[in-house]
Amino acid sequence: MGWALDNLPLIGSLALDHLRQSLIAIVCGFVVSLPLGWVAWRYTRARAILLTITGLLYTIPSLALLLILPILAGFPATSEVNLIIALTIYAVAIMVRAVTDGLDSVDPAVRQSATAVGYNDTHRFWAVDLPLAGPVILAGLRVAAVSTISLATVGILVGVSNLGYLFTNGLQRRIIAEVLAGLIVVALIALIIDALLVVAKRAMLPWDHEPRRGRGRKAVAV
Amino acid sequence: MNLVADAFAWLTSSEQWTGDGALHLLMLQHLGWTILSVFVASVIALPAGWAIGHTGRGREIAVAISGAARAVPSFGLLILLVLLFGVLHKPEAAVVTFVILAIPALLAGAYSGIEAIDRATIDAARAVGMSEWQIFLRVELPLGLPLLVGGVRSAALQVVATVTIAAYVNLGGLGLPIITGLALRRYDMILGGAILVALLALAVDAILGLAQRRALPRGLRSESPTTTRGDRTPAAASTS
Repeated sequence: MGWALDNLPLIGSLALDHLRQSLIAIVCGFVVSLPLGWVAWRYTRARAILLTITGLLYTIPSLALLLILPILAGFPATSEVNLIIALTIYAVAIMVRAVTDGLDSVDPAVRQSATAVGYNDTHRFWAVDLPLAGPVILAGLRVAAVSTISLATVGILVGVSNLGYLFTNGLQRRIIAEVLAGLIVVALIALIIDALLVVAKRAMLPWDHEPRRGRGRKAVAV
Repeated sequence: MNLVADAFAWLTSSEQWTGDGALHLLMLQHLGWTILSVFVASVIALPAGWAIGHTGRGREIAVAISGAARAVPSFGLLILLVLLFGVLHKPEAAVVTFVILAIPALLAGAYSGIEAIDRATIDAARAVGMSEWQIFLRVELPLGLPLLVGGVRSAALQVVATVTIAAYVNLGGLGLPIITGLALRRYDMILGGAILVALLALAVDAILGLAQRRALPRGLRSESPTTTRGDRTPAAASTS
């Protein structure tokens, strides 16, 4: 506790770096996953390919990806862009599948009704498919957000400064309080972002208030 | 693409496959940490998950614990535990770290497998006079098996990829060439190590994927909706 209080400014600035890097990656990952997930859902052929590729991405160790990316893309390893791109790739790996599953979960009868009352494809996607797929997509987004925030700490091993600094520096100087402070702050940021996503869900998808279990059962019965 | 060629040259040179740091030994070590951690995590998480699924109680607590476990970065946790347990107990520190990493997916697999069963099936089992234990062993366990194996699959995948950081505290595994390569700026080693980790992950995933398909009780195999449900990993469902 003493160490954390003495070093509040350091923790604060590292936390801000951490938050900036993770948030950009989460947003980029979401923006990339949406069209990819749609393509995977719409075209059976693309589905197998896309879901296999995104599954493969997940198996690349993060540390290795952080070291290899700069060579392939041509920017310095220590640049923040490097970490953000790597984190975006992992977020995409999680979210493409969630978007596809979400669109799968929309009742085909609802889709047909929307077409019947005159929605064209584009309008129907934004006004019917996407909102109804929302709960499943959001569940994926929450998993992606939390894991991105905790994965970002590996960036320190290639020299991108964020809360991971407290881990490596704490190990070198054998200060347990420093490592513990890092863990707690990372977990707190992750849980706060997660809570904000839940609040956003309540605001944007108000019809999804009934508990998940009930819906799961109904889905099985249908 | 010179780098890729270099990495393959490094991978295929005979000196990488002999001696103490031979790649097949590192691979076995990597696999060893993974299996041990997933096994220990299963012993803890599966009974808990089954209890939650069977009784329908405690789900919120499980979701909260899983959420918290996901939010903790494994890299930091490993370092904290190494410092807390002392240098002599690094292996224990590593296993505890990976066990905590594996628990959320296993827990979710165990309870969502049971929850996904049609209530009417379980009520029918109760109506024909099965005891609670019989219901669990002969109805819920077999019907929930595909989602359970799905949970084991995503847990194993996460652990395989993360065991890489064990090398950072000198515990070997396939992270060793990556960490050494980082210090030496030897990108062929880094990429070579990464390729091996990815291959190992793919092999583990393929084997468990096969197991997941076999886990579906024979009577249900022709029904397509059940198959698609079983294929989905429960990871995404667990935090909601």
